[in-house]
This record gives sequence, C-alpha cells and structure tokens, in this order.
Amino acid sequence: MRYLCLVYSEESKLAGFPDEECVAHDKGLRASGHCLASEALQPVETATTLQMRNGKLSVTDGPFAETKEQLAGFYLIEARDLNEAIRLASKIPPIRVGSIEVRPIRDLEGRQREPGAL
Amino acid sequence: MTATSEQATARAVDRIYREESRRVLATLIRLLGDFELAEEALQEAFVAALAQWETEGMPDNPRAWLVSTGRFKAIDAIRRRARFDNTLQDIAIQLQGEADEIPDPDERDVEDDHLRLIFTCCHPALSPDAQVALTLREVCGLTTEEIAHAFLTAPSTLAQRIVRAKAKIRDANIPYEIPADSDLPGRLDSVLQVVYLVFNEGYSPTSGEAVTRHDLSVEAIRLGRLLVALLPEPEAVGLLAMMLLHESRRAARTSASGDIVLLDEQDRSSWNQELIDEGAQLVERAMGSGRIGPYVLQAAIAAVHAEAMDAADTDWTQIVGLYDVLSRVAPSPVVALNRAVAVAMRDGPTEGLQLIDELLAGGELDQYRLAHAARADMCRRLQRFKEARVAYERALALARTEPDRRFLLRRLQELPAE
Repeated sequence: MRYLCLVYSEESKLAGFPDEECVAHDKGLRASGHCLASEALQPVETATTLQMRNGKLSVTDGPFAETKEQLAGFYLIEARDLNEAIRLASKIPPIRVGSIEVRPIRDLEGRQREPGAL
Repeated sequence: MTATSEQATARAVDRIYREESRRVLATLIRLLGDFELAEEALQEAFVAALAQWETEGMPDNPRAWLVSTGRFKAIDAIRRRARFDNTLQDIAIQLQGEADEIPDPDERDVEDDHLRLIFTCCHPALSPDAQVALTLREVCGLTTEEIAHAFLTAPSTLAQRIVRAKAKIRDANIPYEIPADSDLPGRLDSVLQVVYLVFNEGYSPTSGEAVTRHDLSVEAIRLGRLLVALLPEPEAVGLLAMMLLHESRRAARTSASGDIVLLDEQDRSSWNQELIDEGAQLVERAMGSGRIGPYVLQAAIAAVHAEAMDAADTDWTQIVGLYDVLSRVAPSPVVALNRAVAVAMRDGPTEGLQLIDELLAGGELDQYRLAHAARADMCRRLQRFKEARVAYERALALARTEPDRRFLLRRLQELPAE
C-alpha cells in the first residue's frame, strides 16, 4: 500500500525550521526504501491556481480557496518555467470540474538528487 | 566645462530618460534576468551618461550606449558582491561571456523586449492589484509614491505589493517572454484588463474627492497607444478607441463646482472633437477586422454617442443592438443593466424599469450603486416618486465618492414632496 503524507504548517513557524533536519530525515527514509518521492514547496505566495470552465482557462494568483474542494491527487512535473507548467497542468482532466494549484518546488540545500529521479 | 554645456547635457539626458528609459530597462531585464539588477543598472547608466556625454559628446545611438553601459555596470556590481559569494562569481562570468557575444539589440529586439516587459508585468499569475502596480512602475515609469497617490493607498503598501510581485516572478519562474500564439488571446486579455483598470480608476475613481483623475487616464491611453503600436490586435485597437472616446467627454463630465454632469445633460460642444475623430477611426479599423470582441463593441457604443447632437438625437436602436451583441460575447449583469437603460431611452421608462427589476431580482446587482440609481431614475420619470426616493437612498448608501454623494443628494432634493 502507498500513502501520501501531506505536510501542513503556518509558514511563519516553518520559516525558522532547520532544513538540515528535513534533509537528514529524507535521506534516512529514502535509504530505508520507504520514501518514493518527497519535496518541499515554495511559500504560498508563489502559488497559481488554474481552472477550466466551458473550455476557457482561468489563471489566478494564489492558492485554491474553495473550502468544498478536497485534495484529490498530485502530479510532479518538470517544466522550463511557469508558462510551460501552466500549459501542462491545464491538460489535467479534473481541471474542468475542480482546480489545479501550481506551486514551485523549493530545493533544500544539501539535498542529493539523482539525475532524472524524482 | 561650462555651466551652459553642463545644462545642455543635463537637458539632453533628461529628455532621453523620458523617451527611452523604459525601453532600455526592458532590454536590461532580458539581458540581466532580474528586475532589481536591471533597475540599478539603468540608474547607473544614466549617471554615467551625465558625466561622460558632457566631455565626450552624445553617442550616435544613446539607447544602445545606455544598454551596453548598464550591462557592464551590472556585471561590475555583481563582481564587487561576488568577492563574498561564489555563485555570484559564476553569474558575473556568465553575464560577461554573454555581453561579449551578444550584439547590441536592434529595433525589433527593443520592441520585443518592451512587449516582454508588458506581458510579464500583466501575467495572470500575479494578482490584478499587483499587475496594475507593476505595470505603472516598470512600463510607465511612475514612482511608487505617484502610484500610491493615484490609488489612494499608502506608499508602503504599494511598495510591498511591487516587491511581492517581483518575488513571485523570480520564485515561480515567470518567464520574460511574449506568449506563444496559442496562449496570446488569454494573455492579451490580462494586459487589456490592466490598461482598462488604470483608465477606469482615472475616469470613474472608486473613492475620493474628484469626479475624474486625469493622470491615470493619461497613463492608460499612453499604454493603449504603445500596445496598439507593438501588437495591433483588434481588441487592443478597440480598447484604445473606447478610452479616447470616453476621454473626449472628460471636460463635460464635471461642472464648474466639481459636480457630476450626466451624459444627457453634458455640453457637447465641449467634447474633444480630435479625440472623437481618432476614436471613431479606430472603431472602424477594429470593426473591419471581423474579429469583434467586448472592447470593440464598447468603443462602437461610445462612438454612437459621440456622433449624436444630444440624447434625443442618439441612435438608441443601434446602441441597444450593440448591447445585444455585447451580452452574447461577454455577458454580465452590468452589461445587462446598461442595455436596460438604452432600452428605456428607445422604448420608454416602463420597459426599462421592467428589465432593471428583473436584474435586481437576480440579486447580483444588489450592492451596485448604479443599478439602484438607474431604478430611481426610471421611477422618477414615471412620477413614482416614493419608489424613486427609496432607490436614490439605497444608491446613496452605496456611494463611495463625494461627487457621487452630492449628485444623489441633489436628485433626492429635486424630488417633489409627497
């Protein structure tokens, strides 16, 4: 069975939180074979929300804010820049009934990445 | 070095700053890949120009000189900081390499850079407020204080908004590019929306003392002209036409005492005929393209008003027809309200009131001052004074500018006592 662990916090409390501890934990979990993918996100100000209604794409600043909408899945994509990310994300089918929040990944200092690996 | 030649150089630099600084900035942002760095480089290039042009004379191509000087000033600045930071050292080496290779930008590059700057500042991933602030700052060159003053905001709030917008451009990696053809319609919408917001805030301020704010309308029209020159899409032409046609009535919209004068009471001889002619020509040009969007239609409506001698002489049938098309292309409760008012002018207040009441029953216009003011006006013309009073009072409660309040109070006082 696979599980997605979502990390929530007030951003002000995260600001002083040590990246090194997260990197160390991540390395340990990856070594144990339990971690399939993990990333830190940029702050919520960098978020962009996409919706498609009647074939028309809307792009707005900020995180998704419909309290009735629930997290239903995720795609981790590689894109040259935000415009390409928007182009790719706008093809995700549930965009027609829900919202896709696009948030850049924050590279943690010292995090070792294998080329091409998640 | 004589005082007069110093002054002459200062004047020349000043003129070139006004004419070229935004284009130089647009190119520097592309070459340096960073807004802040480019702005510092721009200032340094002009400081250098003041000193150097005085002794060595003006260069043949001041713009190219400023771009190349700004670029090298930026590389120097990064070098100085790089003594403490290895990644900056890499950036400096990379920029130096590019600076040696890339030829001076030609006319086409300069125009493209200008468009890149506009599309980046108006990127829909930025909030509408941030798009407006950033566009006025970077594309129009207004200072933070000027923008804050125009929008009646604290300068610190506005500065913060611009800093955040730049941070998002950097952190979310919003590219500095002209959108691909497939993305252009949506992205152009964003740009036109920003220009329209700036114009509207100038034409009908949302708060404050004045009926109109000339400064913002002037900036919006300048932006509109720039956009049409760079990218003559029909909707861009339509928006410019609409702004010019509205602007033509500015003087007539305010009385000597600073009160609002409505369209049907305006002294049409004080309308600016030059702006009307230019606007009407642009409407024709945009209509001729066959791709008719909401801005072209609104411009066409303004053009019909502009060619009428007075309210009675206005071709209301044509105006209602244009609103019918607009309601299909870009349906909104406000468009429906404007259509209802035009119907009232064509068919009479009974028909108008019926449409307005249907709209108000929908609830979406409940907080919209002009919907209640329009209802009040219909009731007044039908001599239903009691209902008119209630509706004027509702509009008054929603009014946010002083001229609006005074106008509605005057209407209330003019109602006959029951």
